[in-house]
Amino acid sequence: MTPEHPPLLNLSGLRLAYANGTLALDGIDLTVKRGEFLSLLGPSGCGKSTVLRLIAGLLFPSDGRIDRAVSQDRGSIGFVFQEPTLMPWARIIDNVRLPLDLAGVPKAEATARVMMELEKVGLQDFSKSYPRELSGGMKMRASLARALVTRPSLLLLDEPFAALDEITRLKLNDELLSLWRQYGFTAIFVTHSVFESVYLSTRVAVMRPRPGRIVAELVVDLPQPRDLSTRTGPEYNAHCRTVSDLLHRAMGNAA
Amino acid sequence: MTRWGKWVLPPLVGLLMLLGWEWGVSAYQVPAFVLPPPSAVLVALWRDGPLLFSSAWLTITITLQAFLLAVVTGVGLALLFSQSRMAAAAFYPYAVILQVTPIVAIAPLVVIWVGYERVNLALLILAWIVAFFPILSNATLGLSAVDPNLRDLFRLYQANRWQVLWRLQLPSSLPYLLAGMKISGGLALIGSVVAEFVAGSGTASGLAWRIIESGNRLNMPRLFAALFLLSALGILIFALLSLVQKRLLGRWHESELGR
Repeated sequence: MTPEHPPLLNLSGLRLAYANGTLALDGIDLTVKRGEFLSLLGPSGCGKSTVLRLIAGLLFPSDGRIDRAVSQDRGSIGFVFQEPTLMPWARIIDNVRLPLDLAGVPKAEATARVMMELEKVGLQDFSKSYPRELSGGMKMRASLARALVTRPSLLLLDEPFAALDEITRLKLNDELLSLWRQYGFTAIFVTHSVFESVYLSTRVAVMRPRPGRIVAELVVDLPQPRDLSTRTGPEYNAHCRTVSDLLHRAMGNAA
Repeated sequence: MTRWGKWVLPPLVGLLMLLGWEWGVSAYQVPAFVLPPPSAVLVALWRDGPLLFSSAWLTITITLQAFLLAVVTGVGLALLFSQSRMAAAAFYPYAVILQVTPIVAIAPLVVIWVGYERVNLALLILAWIVAFFPILSNATLGLSAVDPNLRDLFRLYQANRWQVLWRLQLPSSLPYLLAGMKISGGLALIGSVVAEFVAGSGTASGLAWRIIESGNRLNMPRLFAALFLLSALGILIFALLSLVQKRLLGRWHESELGR
């Protein structure tokens, strides 16, 4: 890493202890390069969502430091939650416009940007709908559009597709990858699916629980753009096996 | 159940009951001062109309004023509580004390303090005390019942306190607030009636006083007519607030999705 291009994100020696003394995270070291698609993979309760919240600044570490080469402007970090987390009383267009509204972007300009974003995720015909009128996958698309409407340089995704059915999940995986290629944001994606992590990522970090820590990293150098043929290729399977082994070993240590 | 059943069945049951009542009273020759037939109540409603409606007007005025005052003060205090934990800790117990103390027990005191010459003000205060708490407690609950992820989202985008309040907390609290208003609307009416009973002795002349007066004179048809108007008033308040609820929550809240 040359000095002209510092990493986008550097976590060193992160520790997080709760008030009752439980150690949630211990000794997290992680460097994230610009433009990377990094997956945090681990069993539930290993603190991967906690790492994401620390990066977003929604939580503060007990010890260690986070260096962000992300601008301090609002909306330079996008966040997609496990649930769509839309405001049920607001139409889709108003939900997606929220980050712009909060930043005081003039309404006409904001609306134009929202419509563009909705088109990207295929929801242009549903801008006037309420969240409850959409399917789970569509709600997730709206959530994705909201996170991207500010054109963040860093997108954090906390198991966003975990609650969706397999078919919808695969489709949204492809759409997410396509948005990542178009926009060039850096993505950190939390998941507990080995296959999902390998398919999406350029790098996978494996975590183990109690206390949460990163135990292994693997570069996934499958060619881009990835598609159906990626999933059936031998390299993909090899990567999945490696990651699966790493995860298995991590769990074994934890037990 | 079909729409038809929902709108036709209740009035049908009511009509049958009234007919049975009318028939029973004449068949068993029940004296009118014990139970007047519905027809006599209808006649009383017509004959004593001006008197009863002016009384009803007073009751309506006090009920509405108390209700609006309860909404303003209840929501205002809930907003204060939501912004300052200290204010909540300091004042909430007193709101509870106000709520748990039976209104009948404090009514004489309030009437004396305010003075018999301003008995309508005393009625207003008493009705307000009864109507106030459901609004406060529901609005307080609603303002804190925010999806934690949405709260985090607002934090991530550095929303200020007003943006959080206006765009997140208030809309989130709306279903709770409306439920509180529905309870409180009925209570405002009950409060104004109870207050009038306690204040008594002809200083106030709302529907409750008409009931006491008619009872003393064994004028049962008029008593029933006043009672009927009170119920009608209660139903009207409930219906209006249900309409508001449907209007405001209709398209997004589970309670109004009607399945």
